[in-house]
Amino acid sequence: MKNSEEKNTYNRRELLRDGMRGALLLGVGTVGGLLTRRTQTDRTAWQIDPYKCIACGNCATYCVLEESAVKCVHAFAMCGYCELCTGYFEPEPAALNSGAENLLCPTGAIIRNKIEDPYHEYTIDEPLCIGCGKCVRGCNAFGNGSLFLQVRHDRCLNCNECSIAKSCPSDAFRRVPADQPYLLKEVQQSE
Amino acid sequence: MRLSHILLCVLCATLLLYASGAALGAERFPPPQFESGHELPLTTTPSPRSPTYELIDMAVLLGTLSLASWLALKKRSRRGIFYLTIFSLVYFGFWRKGCVCPIGAIQNVTLALFDSGYVIPVSAIFFFALPLVFTLFFGRTFCAAVCPLGAIQDLVLIHPLRLPDWLEHPLGLLGYVYLGAAVLFAATGSAFIICQYDPFVSFFRLSGSLEILILGVCFLLIGLFIGRPYCRFFCPYGAILRILSWFSKWRVTTTPDECIQCRLCENACPFGAIQAPYTAPAPSNYRTGRIKLLVLTILFPFVIIAFGWAGTRLAPTFSRMNSRVRLAERIHLEETGRAEDTIDESDAFRATGQPIEELYDEAILIGKQFTRGSMFFGVFVGLVAMLKLTALTTRRTRINFEPDRSRCFACGRCFDYCPQEHARRKKNGNQPSLIRT
Repeated sequence: MKNSEEKNTYNRRELLRDGMRGALLLGVGTVGGLLTRRTQTDRTAWQIDPYKCIACGNCATYCVLEESAVKCVHAFAMCGYCELCTGYFEPEPAALNSGAENLLCPTGAIIRNKIEDPYHEYTIDEPLCIGCGKCVRGCNAFGNGSLFLQVRHDRCLNCNECSIAKSCPSDAFRRVPADQPYLLKEVQQSE
Repeated sequence: MRLSHILLCVLCATLLLYASGAALGAERFPPPQFESGHELPLTTTPSPRSPTYELIDMAVLLGTLSLASWLALKKRSRRGIFYLTIFSLVYFGFWRKGCVCPIGAIQNVTLALFDSGYVIPVSAIFFFALPLVFTLFFGRTFCAAVCPLGAIQDLVLIHPLRLPDWLEHPLGLLGYVYLGAAVLFAATGSAFIICQYDPFVSFFRLSGSLEILILGVCFLLIGLFIGRPYCRFFCPYGAILRILSWFSKWRVTTTPDECIQCRLCENACPFGAIQAPYTAPAPSNYRTGRIKLLVLTILFPFVIIAFGWAGTRLAPTFSRMNSRVRLAERIHLEETGRAEDTIDESDAFRATGQPIEELYDEAILIGKQFTRGSMFFGVFVGLVAMLKLTALTTRRTRINFEPDRSRCFACGRCFDYCPQEHARRKKNGNQPSLIRT
């Protein structure tokens, strides 16, 4: 074909091709330009709204990572430092100690430390936490709700389509600005 | 002693209350005031990947695209393209875990166009637009050596079989259907199906659901014998690139020199992109072609309307991809007593206290969007099918063996098959490329 076209240097088909290319470039440019102008904060990250989260347990299983990027975090300022923590202990525990039969957490990821009588501090051993939310349910049910689930951004791959968000029954996942990537629970402000 | 302690505590508590304005009574168990002066630990907030990495990703994309175009069109080195393919697989695939990619970016761009509330990352726009621009100038060099999905399939291809035309052409339309569906679901904010059903993402991340892993293994097994099955038959971005590459300024040629009609390259392309010469039939045979074209032209509007209608009929099914529609249907079942128990979704919705009517209205609105969107989807599929049929009936005279503009992945495999290319290299003093897969 090239040989036949060499005779006349610029034929109708080439003109058409050039015209279409120009139009398409313009189109791509317009779409790109329009959208670029609209991005204010250019990066986003996935996060769980702790006030919508129902701690269903999907976070532990639906994440594309082998070990979920969602983990439990603790808002210490909200915590009652209870001796009988309903996020830490099974309902009606046999004894208030770290015996596995008494604990809610399937991986033993909560560390209980006595601060002073009768207060105990509960910290999360993050590498052990699988984000199942069992403790969150317990804490929400009878405690202050200071334990809650968050996407940990040192682990999150920030997938285009978060597969946990896809499966979240309470619509708690949303994209947040990447420079403020956490939605932490805070002590309720008085009116 | 004891009294002073208590007094101090009360004073501290009052001060704290005053300072923070916090109503400690909001908690069931008021946070304690420690006598030992215990300080509360802070909730850690590890930050996401630094934004500079995103800039690096964009720079790498620009670099690999430029290099791929140079290697395919100027340097004409299959070996170079092969090494770049491996690099792209490692970087965009295993290092960046297959995200962000231009194929998925279609959905971000679509969602951003339809939903003004969605904030699209600049990198997604860049990843979407840059390969398009490159394709308009250099052909599908993105597919050749930059796309990690293409790379993983390209590397497993060991014994390519040629697909018969009657299979190749209809399968080639699936990419457009997939593109239409992806746009429909992204525009309605329902799902990013391209990402959800990305067959190779499990390999890149070395984890993921079993279904996707099986899908990926199937694609790779088929890919041993049928070159790049995902790229040729499913890739929605490839569908866009196929159209754009018709208008590309330059393109890969088997040889830049004159074709000597030796037919050696005829079976060189594992993707069936090299077309044999075609001479126009005798004028007496024009008749059948004309009649076919006439029939197609008459059928055209009817087919489009039929597909559009079929689209609207599918709208209710499609709309169930949207979680709000699903939720509204579930709540309706529960409200009318047809479902006795509740599920997590409906419990969570009721806990929000949002009026049910609001949810119904929202679902109806999304349903209307789906009716309109599905009609456009149907029209689009019909249009693609009809244009394909038209393209198959009208054939252009071709003198030489040459790669089909739209189907050529610019992989450079055919270079080595051309004796003219070998002569040219000898003349230029270049060593012939050694990899001939």
